[in-house]
Parts: sequence; C-alpha cells; structure tokens
Amino acid sequence: MIAGFEEPDSGRVEIAGLDVSGLAPYDREVNTVFQDYALFPHMSVAENIAYGLEVAKVPKGERRERVSGALEMVRLSDHDDRKPSELSGGQRQRVALARAIVNRPRVLLLDEPLGALDLKLREQMQVELKQIQSEVDITFVYVTHDQDEALTMSDRVAVFNKGKIEQVSLPRDLYEHPVNEFVADFVGISNALDRDGKRFTIRPEKIRLFESGESTEGLDTESGRISEIAYVGMVTRISVALDSGGAIQLARQNIEAESSSHNEAINDQVVVGWRPDHVVPIQSQIPNESSEEKSS
Amino acid sequence: MRLSPVSRNVLRLAVGDTLAFIYIPLFIILLYAMNPAQTLAWPPESLTLEWFPKAIQDQAARDALLNSLKVGAIATAFALILGTLASLAVARHRFFGRESVTFLVLIPIALPGIVTGIALNATFTQVLGMDLSLFTVIVAHATFCIVIVFNNAAARLRRMSTSLEDASADLGATPWTTFRRVTLPNMRSALVAGGLLAFALSFDEIVVTNFTIGVGEKTLPIYIFETLFRPNQPGKVYAVAVIAILLSMIPVYLATRLTRGEAATARGAGAAGATTGATN
Repeated sequence: MIAGFEEPDSGRVEIAGLDVSGLAPYDREVNTVFQDYALFPHMSVAENIAYGLEVAKVPKGERRERVSGALEMVRLSDHDDRKPSELSGGQRQRVALARAIVNRPRVLLLDEPLGALDLKLREQMQVELKQIQSEVDITFVYVTHDQDEALTMSDRVAVFNKGKIEQVSLPRDLYEHPVNEFVADFVGISNALDRDGKRFTIRPEKIRLFESGESTEGLDTESGRISEIAYVGMVTRISVALDSGGAIQLARQNIEAESSSHNEAINDQVVVGWRPDHVVPIQSQIPNESSEEKSS
Repeated sequence: MRLSPVSRNVLRLAVGDTLAFIYIPLFIILLYAMNPAQTLAWPPESLTLEWFPKAIQDQAARDALLNSLKVGAIATAFALILGTLASLAVARHRFFGRESVTFLVLIPIALPGIVTGIALNATFTQVLGMDLSLFTVIVAHATFCIVIVFNNAAARLRRMSTSLEDASADLGATPWTTFRRVTLPNMRSALVAGGLLAFALSFDEIVVTNFTIGVGEKTLPIYIFETLFRPNQPGKVYAVAVIAILLSMIPVYLATRLTRGEAATARGAGAAGATTGATN
C-alpha cells in the first residue's frame, strides 16, 4: 500500500504530508527492497542500480557518480559488472538495497529483506542496514516477522494484527509495556496470569526461582511445580505450573560456568517471585484469539 | 542416479534404437539423392553428386523454396506478435475466462491438419470469397505458429517472477518501459526459440498448405510431393529433399541451443539459493 501495488479500502496514504493514495507505484517517491530482491537477471549489478536513475532521466554523469557511490556504500564496487546470478545471497540483498537507495526516495520500504538469509548473515546485515540508514537519512519502513529483528532495527515499531495496528511505540516500550496480550505475546514470551479478576503479564527474565531459605522480601511470590527445563545456552528456560492456577516460564541467566550447579528437576516444588513493578497489567482479550493469527 | 549394468544397457539400446529409427530413413533419402539411375531402384548401383547442382539450379524448386521461406517468415512474425500479446494477457492479467482462453489457444496444435485444412479452405473460399494464394497459406500457418510462440512465451512468463515487473514500476518505470526493458528481454530467448520452432513447423507443413494454396503456387513440401513420382530425374527430387532436411535442421538446432543457455539466466536473481551462498 505504501509502494502503491495495493489500493487502500479506506483512508489515505500520506508521505511527508502529501496524499499519494491515488498515485501509481512509478509516481511515488517510495522505493522497495523486495523479499526475493527482484533483481533484473539480464542486467549487471551496475545496470540494476542505474535503472531507476535512467528511467528518471538523470544525466549520465550524475548517474555514474551516484551508482558508484551506491556501490561503495554496499561494498560491491568491484562487482559492478557481475550478473545477479553470480552473486551470493547477501550480495544480492545489498544490490537490491543499493538499487532502491540510489534514487533517494523519501521512504524506503523493506519487505522482509533478510528473510532468505541464514541467521549469521542476517545478523550481520542487520548491523549494516542500520549503519546505512543513519548514513542516508531516509525513513525505512521495515516489515519483518522476526520480533528480535524488529526490536533491534527500529526506532519505532508498529505491531500489526490482521491488518490493524495494535501498538506503535519505541522498541523498549513495546517490550516493557505492551498494551495488550497480543502484543505482549507476539513480542517475546509473555506470562499472562489472572489474579483477583485482573490480568497481567510478566517477562520470563524478570522472574526468579528461589532456593529454600532465600529471602523473598519485597517481591510477589507464588509456589508451583517445575514442569519443564530447557537449557538453551545463554539461559535456562524453566516452566512452572503455579499452585494458584496458570503457568509461567522463566529464563535464568547461566551465570555459573557449569549449569550443573543448579540441580532442580521436573516436578520439584519451587517458589518463584518478581518485583511488583515488573508486572504489566493488560486488558483481557477474547480468549479464542489464537496465536496463529498474529503473523499478519 | 545410479543404474545397474542391466538397466544401463537397456537404456543404451533404447537410445540407439530411437536414433536408428529416426535417422536410417533419412540416410536412405541421402542414398537415393546420390543414385545416378533414372528409376528408383534399391540398392543404388553407384553413387554420384550430380543431382545436387541440378537441384540447386532447378527454377521450380527455387521458387518453391523461396515461397516456403516467405510463408514461414511472415507466419512466424505474425505469430510472434499475437502469441506474445496473448501470453501476456493470460499470464499477467486476471480476466473472466482466462483458463478457457489458454485452452482455446492451445487446441489448434492438436487438431488434425486435414480438419484445419478443410475448415480454412471453406472459410477462405466460401465464406470470405477469397482467392487462395500464398497469403491464405500464411494465415493458415499462423494459426499453429501462434500456439508454439504462445506456449513458449507463457511458460517463460509463468516462471518469471512478477516481482521483476513490480520492481521496475517501483523504480519509476511506466508500464511500457517495464515491458520494453524488463519483461521483453527476459522473454527474448523463449520467443526466439518459439519463433524458430514455429518456422520449422511451417517450413515442412503440407496438409494445411495443400488446402489453402493457390493454383500453380507451390511451397517446397508441395513441390517435393508433386514431383516425386514423376519418372524423370527422381534423384533431383531427393537432392531437394536432402537440402530441405539440412535447412530445417538449422532452426531446430538454434532453438535447442538457445533454450539450453536459458536455464542459467532464467533462474536469475531471486533469493533462491541465497542461504547456501557465501557471505562475500
């Protein structure tokens, strides 16, 4: 809708105060990095990047300058005459980015740009994208299903659910103060509990597991039984079925060199606790709004 | 895939049989073309090349060849334009009856030539009151040439991601620029291959041609067919046939070459395989 491939059923799309709702994609100051990159296979890297400038009839000299600038920015200056099929996934991704940015759009739309890359490469590209964004100073609209990516990359995050915005806020606020259960559950793991007719969530890393005899002063505590223990490297995830109903998952940093220094086991009776100000009250939702629908 | 020795031999035999089946008769044509005798006799008593210069100098054969080239070229040109447009309509736009159109466009290739022939003959002579001529042959040939082009072009468009065209529009190109600079270049090899195949089909077509050609005019296949059983100089006709075989090999050879080179470029620049690619 921002790029102009779809028409809004209602409402308007404004870019810098200008209503562009009725404009075709080629009349908008928006460029897109497509999920499958959509590089032109019959053109070289440099030709791909120059395409938008050529179409816009930018004079040849300036065109060459801007193309080589864009190539430099994505560190592909020595690949300018390669065909896209001769590039690796990460390189194609960068060509797609350069091809869009070289036109200096007002808004750059990135549609899951890193979805096709493996994890290591994706993390590396996240850093590069952030650097490039601050260099070119263009608004990036970044679509992703990867919650961590959304928090890492963004100045502002909008969480969509079935085409409706649930919350727009800073990444930190989104995580620490989700407005409803959908957002809490979609961004990270939430532990929603009903107590005294009120519903609240608490993040796993804010919950502590207490050994017997430890002081729990100033904390809200509950007792329960361990139902699952999963060691995931940086943390250990422990699920606890609470005696007063409901279940929570907590994450404990594996600070000790050996995780064996903890010896709790499944079905152990334990006490968990958290600081009262870490509890986030939320509005209850229609209970059958299942988590599968959240990806929209 | 690993094959057991037995199945490997079976396959080898099958390939050998297939090739023999196709090429032995062609080889016999070549022998006949080199048979100095005035009558068809097997086996030839000696071999000669004298028929070839005679065939090349034969005015009737030359005219027929020229006609065939003309018909093939114009029918193919027609087919390239209409087939491309039809494939674009079917592959890039949604409209009512799209599936049916695809099906209807494909049918002519399956129709028996004789049915197409009498249908077109009736249409031209009875309904439209036209005189049969090379022009009517061209129109007739275009009907099946379009199918070949359409098929090739539509297959290519189906494989070609529409995001290429979206990207072009996104970068500011009008639909016409997008077609010229993105869609067409990516279809080119499919169109060339389709055009060459269409030309080859037209070049040796005889059934439909027979029903749509004017009196006294001949295409090469018709010339060969009519001259073959005349008693004088049979070797010359076979020599013409050999030349025709050689000529029709050119477009088929080119078409296969072009479609093979295709595989590499058509896979193109998508994200497929990106995960296996090296970082830098």
